[in-house]
Amino acid sequence: MDSTVSYGLLAEDEKHALFIKRIEAGEKIEADDWMPEEYRKTLIKLISMHGISEIMGALPEKEWVPKAPSLKRKLGIMAKVQDEMGHGQLLLRVSEDLMKPYGKNRESIMQDLFSGDLKFHNVFHMEAPTWADAGLIGWLVDGAAIITQTNMLDASYGPYARALKRICAEEVFHAQHGESIIMALAEGTPKQRVMLQESLNRWWEALLMFFGPGDAGTTGTSKQDITIKYKIRTKTNEELRQDFFTKYIPRVLSLGLILPDSTMHFDKEAGKWIYKQPDWGKFKDIIKNKGPKSEERLRLRRISYETNEWVREALGSASAGERR
Amino acid sequence: MTKIISPDEAKQNSSFKSALTELLYQLADDDFILAYRGSEWLGLAPHIEEDVAFSSINQDTMGHAAIFYQLLEELGEGDMDVLAHSRPPKERLNAVLLEMVNGTGTYLENPKFDWAYTVVRHYFYTAAKKIKMDSLKNSTYQPLADAAARVSIELFYHMMHWRTWFQQLMLAGGEARTRMEKAIFQVMDEMEGVITLGPKGQEIIKFALIEHDKTLKDRWQAVLSPVFTSVNSIMPESMGMKSGNGRNGEHTADLESALAIMNEVYILDPAANW
Ligand SMILES: [Fe+2]
Ligand SMILES: [Fe+2]
Repeated sequence: MDSTVSYGLLAEDEKHALFIKRIEAGEKIEADDWMPEEYRKTLIKLISMHGISEIMGALPEKEWVPKAPSLKRKLGIMAKVQDEMGHGQLLLRVSEDLMKPYGKNRESIMQDLFSGDLKFHNVFHMEAPTWADAGLIGWLVDGAAIITQTNMLDASYGPYARALKRICAEEVFHAQHGESIIMALAEGTPKQRVMLQESLNRWWEALLMFFGPGDAGTTGTSKQDITIKYKIRTKTNEELRQDFFTKYIPRVLSLGLILPDSTMHFDKEAGKWIYKQPDWGKFKDIIKNKGPKSEERLRLRRISYETNEWVREALGSASAGERR
Repeated sequence: MTKIISPDEAKQNSSFKSALTELLYQLADDDFILAYRGSEWLGLAPHIEEDVAFSSINQDTMGHAAIFYQLLEELGEGDMDVLAHSRPPKERLNAVLLEMVNGTGTYLENPKFDWAYTVVRHYFYTAAKKIKMDSLKNSTYQPLADAAARVSIELFYHMMHWRTWFQQLMLAGGEARTRMEKAIFQVMDEMEGVITLGPKGQEIIKFALIEHDKTLKDRWQAVLSPVFTSVNSIMPESMGMKSGNGRNGEHTADLESALAIMNEVYILDPAANW
């Protein structure tokens, strides 16, 4: 739009008004466009967390890459985890562009991860002790990710919306990969079925937490209002969780699995699923890196960061991120 | 020698088949174990971009192993997953170099992996593999010649990737150069084990399945030597099999522990559908 030319001459509140007009009109904001501080900061937080979660999310599955029980499964899970690292790379680059005005870069992202300032998604703090977990992550965690990410496909920030488009296309394959592992177990031996049910029980609470608390009252803070205000997303956490139930509960039941929440049912009149709330206090602890595997996974990344320091030095640390 | 165009035809000549399967086990086992060592790096590579690139290479390599196991399956050697997962170390024909650990610790605990060793091992191995694939394009066993042509295309990118790393780290000087030079000697100590065609080498060559290993070795040196020159270094003249000849089924404890990890789920129930 041609008003951008004169942006520099406008007062702050006029810039802000024009910005809101642009996003109301469905225009996309680009990296070099003027944007309110709150918008930039919200995006940096959201996209860095998304990016680093993709990368930390590779760690629970990584445990199963060498152990995958057939050549076909080995190839499948290798491809999947590679995609996740690729998503991380793509998103961190989007976030790095937004951080430039603050003089921050990839190095700062890694340091923030290590210090605990940058959080990663609650599900990736959890244990994945069996092969069924490798399948369940692909099926339900990626399934949940598809629901939250689809909700942001039309985000007002162009670079994020475009990255999500690519990511969502790949996520569909991940969910299929996971579903195929799950189907084999569900149709398999009694032992395999037990392994699957135990995995569902183990992941249930983390899956409910995946979408975040229903409102700020639950955990003290919630970013959902700001992201909706700026047209980064449209639906609330609870709406997304309900979408997830509607899509997956019938599938879980059709595999002959037992829902870990015996009180769960669909209330026709209210038009929503009634379920037992997870322990949101636990959720707060988990994302503060006090989950069962938080420290161990952070330690893995820290060790690799330190062990490879000489490599980054050799490449020239400033350009290490750009090179291959 | 005339071309053998199908598994059925190969099965009619038992000495041809025995030389062929020997070579295929070498090729399959080499890629299988190195793809595993590579995948242990997942999430631990020097930077995220490398993690993505390296895991793509590992996938290709595991895919190549699957192609070779598949050829063995077609020759009546058994199910490809059984071949990949169930054979004990003494039946494995991979080169010892490729089974060796990436460093201290494991991929799950305290992984202090050595990137210099990884770069040199992968680069030297990939160069040897590319030379073998190019030779195999003229193999008397047509299904292998076809497979080699497919594999070879993917190796173009692998070669470029590892050569770039090799040159960058060698030219960086300082600690990088020191680590790289150490890694070069470690890898050269075992490199002969990658190139050798093993105890049935004469048969393999006689049936023109692949060219003589002496020829392959000369070509390997001809490829690597100018690269050494480009980084102001000289290629070590000798290569060895210090820790044993994997083509004879000689292996280290590193292979045993690797196989135990790779089979962990499979052996819960080898008959089950996973
Ligand atoms: Fe992803
Ligand atoms: Fe995914």
